[in-house]
This record gives sequence, structure tokens and C-alpha cells, in this order.
Amino acid sequence: MSVDENSKNLEVSVWRGDASGGEYSHYTVPSYSNQTVLDVVSWIQQHCDATLTYRFACRVGMCGSCAMTVNGEPRWTCRTHVNKVIKGDKLTVAPLRNLPVIKDLAADMDPFFEKWVKAKGVHEPSASRHDPMVAVDPQSPQRMAASEGIECINCAVCYSACDTVAANPDYLGPAALQRAWTLVNDEKNKDANSVLDAVSQTGGCHSCHSHGSCTAYCPAELNPMKAVAGLKRTTAFKFLGKRR
Amino acid sequence: MIKPHRSHTLYGFFLLHRISGIALALFLPVHFTVLALAVSDPASLDSFLKLTDLAAVKIAETILVFLLAAHLFGGLRLMAMEWLPWTDWQKTLAAGSLALGLFTACLFLLQVI
Ligand code: SF4
Ligand code: SF4
Ligand code: FES
Repeated sequence: MSVDENSKNLEVSVWRGDASGGEYSHYTVPSYSNQTVLDVVSWIQQHCDATLTYRFACRVGMCGSCAMTVNGEPRWTCRTHVNKVIKGDKLTVAPLRNLPVIKDLAADMDPFFEKWVKAKGVHEPSASRHDPMVAVDPQSPQRMAASEGIECINCAVCYSACDTVAANPDYLGPAALQRAWTLVNDEKNKDANSVLDAVSQTGGCHSCHSHGSCTAYCPAELNPMKAVAGLKRTTAFKFLGKRR
Repeated sequence: MIKPHRSHTLYGFFLLHRISGIALALFLPVHFTVLALAVSDPASLDSFLKLTDLAAVKIAETILVFLLAAHLFGGLRLMAMEWLPWTDWQKTLAAGSLALGLFTACLFLLQVI
């Protein structure tokens, strides 16, 4: 990282607190070229306050652990360049919305993953290793539908962007529903119908209002809104008696 | 002020659909009350309908027609999205529904001016 000669300082507000509440603290951080939001947060922790709590692992957009709210929008901070999101010289960093806070910028991901399980997002194999391998045609429409959502990094950016999650605590959310849609289309998953039943309950796919915030913000450029629409269509036709 | 995470195209169309729906739901009881005057009190209906000669009322009616048409075409887009195979151009379809709404409102305006 090299110091940008023409650079100014960044005025950074960072949310500090825990589940019982908190407030913004303000820091002045030197601006570097190619600086990510995660770099800014790390700089504050290294130079201003070692107790600042946040989460990251891979730094390359693979692990999904570094998501935060940056200037009011959910972002993966390790791949978000400051110059793309800065407003004037101001940056506001807060924990992800729609999740409880553990401390400072670290959100509690438990509800996110609990809903993942509730949506039957856990793969159940249809065969064991002793069975012959079933051929999967990667070009079949069904497999292509499954493959579309497979690169989800579980970052919860979509979950944080979704206003239905904010308004309805039961709503499973875009990531869990997208995972369910992947499994519905995965011929190696044992029971697609049980997944469809799980996502038809209260708080399931039919609660989605199709705002598309999930798709607009997904950093992996996936399309959870499309997956939820697929679930809506498939569960509705199933209700009307169409067999899969 | 609209929050940053809501400032994207399809959220705008979500808002348009919601606001037009609420406006129409509020308008309908008034609409039926006025229509009922045709049976209960035709004279007062006639004097009420004279109001539609006012420019302000014509503009309000045009806005109402726009809201109705935008809600209708926007609703068709949402139904297509949920019942038909997916299409990738949702924003274009949404823009098309808005264009049809505006077109319908313009047609109405041309009729009444
Ligand atoms: S489209 Fe559905 S899942 Fe996506 S943000 Fe809107 S309500 Fe949430
Ligand atoms: S769908 Fe996208 S935004 Fe949502 S958890 Fe997966 S990678 Fe993150
Ligand atoms: S640190 Fe792994 S995705 Fe950002």
C-alpha cells in the first residue's frame, strides 16, 4: 500500500457498542490509493483503538465474513474500494443491518444460518458412496438453475439489504431461499418436495415483495430475487396440483 | 430522505406499486359513495360532476388514471415474474409498465382537455 501523495485524510465514523446499544466514534484515517473499507477499519484498530471488534478472514471476497454497512449500504468490505463509496471525505461504517450486534462491527450471524437450516438448505444426499455415480448434465436447465446460486459466500449482504427481513422476523430471507432453490434443482438432493414445503410456510418465499434489493447488492452478482421467484412459481404450481 | 439501500431502480417500482395501491384503496370508497348518489340523490350527483370541469380536478383525475394504470401494468409485470419463466430484463419490463401507465394517463388527459 503506498501513500497517495495528493491524498487527504478520511473522516471515518465507526459504530461502537454491543447488543445493549452504542454510538458512533470518529477517527481521522490517512487515505491510500487502492484502499478498501476493510483496510480503513484495520488501520483504526491498529493505530487508534485495539479493542475495535470486526470480522474478516480471506480478504479476497471468498469467505463472506467481512460484510458491514458502509455509508448506509451493505457491502463486503474487503472488496469495496473507499473511492467507490466515499461521500466527500466521509465514511460511516456500521454492523450489518437486520442482525443482532455482538460488538462494534461484528454482527451475530446465528439467525441468518438458523433460517438457512429452517429453509431446509442443508444438502441431503440421494445416494451413498456405494451407489453408482449418477451422471449430471451441466447444461440441463435444471442443473443450470442449481448452479446459478451455488457461489453464494454466505455474507448476509442480501439479508441486510432486504426490507422484508427488517419488517418480518419470520422471513427466511434471500440467501436461505436461494439455497433452497438450489437444492430443489439439485438432482442429487434427496427430497425436493420437503424443501418446497419448508419454504411455503409463514415467512417463506411468498413473503417476498420483489424489491430486488438482494440482487442489487449481492457482491457475488447472484440473483436471489430470481431464485425466490422460482420458488414462488414452483410452490404455487405444486399447490395447484402440478407434479414436479 | 430515501435511505441509501433503497435507492435502486426496482425499489422505486416497488414503492410506486405500493403507493398507487394504497391511493387506489383510499379512492375506491369515495368513488362508490359518489356513484351511489346516482341512485340516492341524482341532483347532487349532477352538481358534483360539474366539478370535473375544473382544471385542478382534471389534473387530479389524470394522476388517478396514471396511478391506476401504473398499478395495473406494474401488477402484470409482478404476476409474470412470479408465474412465468424468469426473464432477465426486469428493469426494462418495469420501465415498460411505467411507460404504459404514463401513456394511458396522457390519453385520458387528451380526452378531457
Ligand atoms: S426481492 Fe424479496 S428477498 Fe429480495 S430484498 Fe426484496 S423481499 Fe427481500
Ligand atoms: S446471495 Fe449474495 S449477498 Fe446473499 S449471502 Fe449469498 S453471496 Fe452474500
Ligand atoms: S474477508 Fe473474506 S469475503 Fe471479505
